[in-house]
Amino acid sequence: MIELRRKLLKGGTAAALLAPWLGTGLLVPGRILAAEWNRAAFTARTIGEALKAFGAAAATESRDVLIIGPEIAENGAKVEVEITSHIPGTRNIAVFADKNPMPLCAAIDFAGAALPYCRLQLKLAETTRVRAVVKAGDGKSHVAFREIRVTLGGCGG
Amino acid sequence: MADQIKIRAQVQGDIADLRILMQHPMETGQRKDEKGQIVAANFIQTFAVLHNGKPLIDGQLNTSVSKNPLFAFKARGIKAGDRLTVNWTDNVGDRRQDEIIVA
Repeated sequence: MIELRRKLLKGGTAAALLAPWLGTGLLVPGRILAAEWNRAAFTARTIGEALKAFGAAAATESRDVLIIGPEIAENGAKVEVEITSHIPGTRNIAVFADKNPMPLCAAIDFAGAALPYCRLQLKLAETTRVRAVVKAGDGKSHVAFREIRVTLGGCGG
Repeated sequence: MADQIKIRAQVQGDIADLRILMQHPMETGQRKDEKGQIVAANFIQTFAVLHNGKPLIDGQLNTSVSKNPLFAFKARGIKAGDRLTVNWTDNVGDRRQDEIIVA
């Protein structure tokens, strides 16, 4: 099983192959993948690579994912964003900052009676588009965007 | 030893608001100290929230989450007397676990 999981985790194509099984219960992402930090996705240097490694390159834009955050952040070291998903069967919310050195900031799995909502504090290197990717039980990914202007970057300081 | 995780739960009707403060430097590995030396990356990689021992939230984080991060979540069905447990593990293998009984 470990061997198999290694293989499945490698590369973005593998993630795409996984997608059809996600809703069937054969592969429950929360329980199987959460135990291990998704190194490929978290250390990707560009937003394109990060989305691919996370298996969300094909996400469709949705109005059912809401991002609340400041329009202008004076201090990029602590920028609070709030994400709510109205997508039925939301299992995971991931937050990306397009222009950060490593775009994927956080990936949160919801289980049991947890509601698909989270508020967290990010470091933003510069003015950037923040995107929230929601993975639903049917294997589909949805995304929403929000532009946040940063007057003082938060990654070097 | 890492500092205590602060956990607050506020039950309003059916829905509970959870607030979790994890005290951690969350070093990016890109910052330099006053001598110009790069400060090694030190950040929480995974954390979990459990309700009476059952998983509620599983999170994976990167260096781009702020220092001493505060998180908020919502969940149904949490009532007074329930146990909430939060644990995290960082990239150098440090761990911390704390729990509260919902008031």
